[in-house]
Amino acid sequence: MNAFKRYFGLLFLFIAPFVIFELVNGAIKNIDPAGTKDINNPIIWIIIIAIFTPIAIGLVIFGWYAFKGEYDHLPQKSKDL
Amino acid sequence: MNRPSSTTNIRKVITASSLGTMIEWYDFYIFGMLAKTISTQFFPEGNPTAALLSTLAIFAAGFIVRPFGALVFGRLGDLIGRKYTFLLTLILMGGSTFLIGCVPSYATIGIAAPILVLLLRLLQGLALGGEYGGAATYVAEHSPANKRGYYTSWIQTTATLGLFVALGIILLVKSNMSDAAFNAEWGGWRYPFWISIVLVGVSIYIRMKMSESPMFSKLKAEGKTSANPLKESFRNKANFKMVLLALFGAVMGQGVIWYTGQFYAQSFLENTCKVDFEQSRTLMLIAIAFATPFFILWGWLSDKIGRKWIMMVGMALAIFTYRPIFQTFLDDTKYEVPESISPKNLDIQTSLLSGTQDSLLVSTSNYILPDGKKFQTKQTDTVFYNSGQLSIGKINIINKVLPKATYWKFVGLIFLMILYVTMVYGPIAAFLVEMFPTKIRYTSMSLPYHIGNGVFGGLVPFIGLLLSTTYKADPLVGLWYPIGVAVLCLVIGTLYLRNKIDRNIKD
Repeated sequence: MNAFKRYFGLLFLFIAPFVIFELVNGAIKNIDPAGTKDINNPIIWIIIIAIFTPIAIGLVIFGWYAFKGEYDHLPQKSKDL
Repeated sequence: MNRPSSTTNIRKVITASSLGTMIEWYDFYIFGMLAKTISTQFFPEGNPTAALLSTLAIFAAGFIVRPFGALVFGRLGDLIGRKYTFLLTLILMGGSTFLIGCVPSYATIGIAAPILVLLLRLLQGLALGGEYGGAATYVAEHSPANKRGYYTSWIQTTATLGLFVALGIILLVKSNMSDAAFNAEWGGWRYPFWISIVLVGVSIYIRMKMSESPMFSKLKAEGKTSANPLKESFRNKANFKMVLLALFGAVMGQGVIWYTGQFYAQSFLENTCKVDFEQSRTLMLIAIAFATPFFILWGWLSDKIGRKWIMMVGMALAIFTYRPIFQTFLDDTKYEVPESISPKNLDIQTSLLSGTQDSLLVSTSNYILPDGKKFQTKQTDTVFYNSGQLSIGKINIINKVLPKATYWKFVGLIFLMILYVTMVYGPIAAFLVEMFPTKIRYTSMSLPYHIGNGVFGGLVPFIGLLLSTTYKADPLVGLWYPIGVAVLCLVIGTLYLRNKIDRNIKD
């Protein structure tokens, strides 16, 4: 099971940059000053990319910890935290 | 001091906490539900500054300010105590909501109106970010170890009940006056905001009488509270790992399932399936009323069998059934105009196409079919002034009223989706509380909760729109976002979370 946890960690390392790439790509394709929909609005894209970037970095860190085996054993007591 | 509270006391604790949290959810939702009216009053079309402020009011409040509120009030709750912090969030939320209802319109005070509304909306987001963690922690720290899931599940009903009360009050106000009276500058749309101050007043009175959490009081008496909760939560590697696990292994999946079942479904019925306004709301109300007790059931069950698998099964069920459920909504609302039946009445209105001398003919007809279906058709034709030619517009079928059998079938399907919500959301307060130590619990659990719900959940409509605009062939393409997030969360939760109930949360 611990081997699975580590291999999946690698997957999360790649998912996070992919998500950011897709969001930036979506922003470039959809931002349109003449458009009337939410997805044409640059402010919304700026907010979403700004808030998603630290979350994606969090997923990278999670993937890295998982790959390094840091989640093989979870803490049993608060003293372990 | 540190013993679990008596049954009478715990009931008071649950009532005081749940009532206030439900009111905060109510306050937060009415803004979104009345967004159309609010935008005409405060954010008029054609004014770019007002449009920018409107965007910030809708998006920034949910995505940025909620997690920020979790940090601000979480820190405060771990420094000065749970009771005074969530009392403060309640006052902030109630005050902002009431004041939104008092702001004169753009027509009266100009650009000051949208600026004031934006500021008050941001305060609402900030308060909401601080409320939930406080209420969940407060109840959990009063609960005996073997009933923690059961008692905290009452807090979990509040988000859904807040939605229920908001839907109910808006429907009640709207049904007692004309559309014009409701949408007027000082019209009925303001009543739900004003009602809030009464609800908040009652809740503050009840909360004032409550005592501080016994676990926090003990820590404080022993001088063991955290000096810097933010640093200890996020710069301590061992704790930060658990924050990440809580977010990616449980809360992000829960967030998207919550929003899909309770918001996206209603919006899909109204905007994609074109179901009648009143029916799309009443069927939500009925489904919510029947499903809400299941929050308590799953909370209770999580004390017996653990929290993890109830949440994971809820996610798995959602992943496998969302597309068939939404496909049924589409199939059952595929109405066609019958050639053999004449419309009940026909209304034709003409107007000039702006900037030209061409005319628009808008014809509206009402149909009642023998199988109980009712609907309206709307067709917009154009008469060109120069050539005299007529361009026939497409017939759009709107305001579809469902026959009784279909209506109850939809109630059942919405109920099923809210049942998934109860599975993933019912045990999550106890689950989060048990992950973190008392001295930094409020801070550590609030941030992943509000990122999972505010950001991942709150983005369901936007990403849904983005996907359906990009991939037009599949009307259900918007569902891939909640399904994808839930799959990732299910994998992480199944692999990395453990099902053990932490009986001792005093440390």
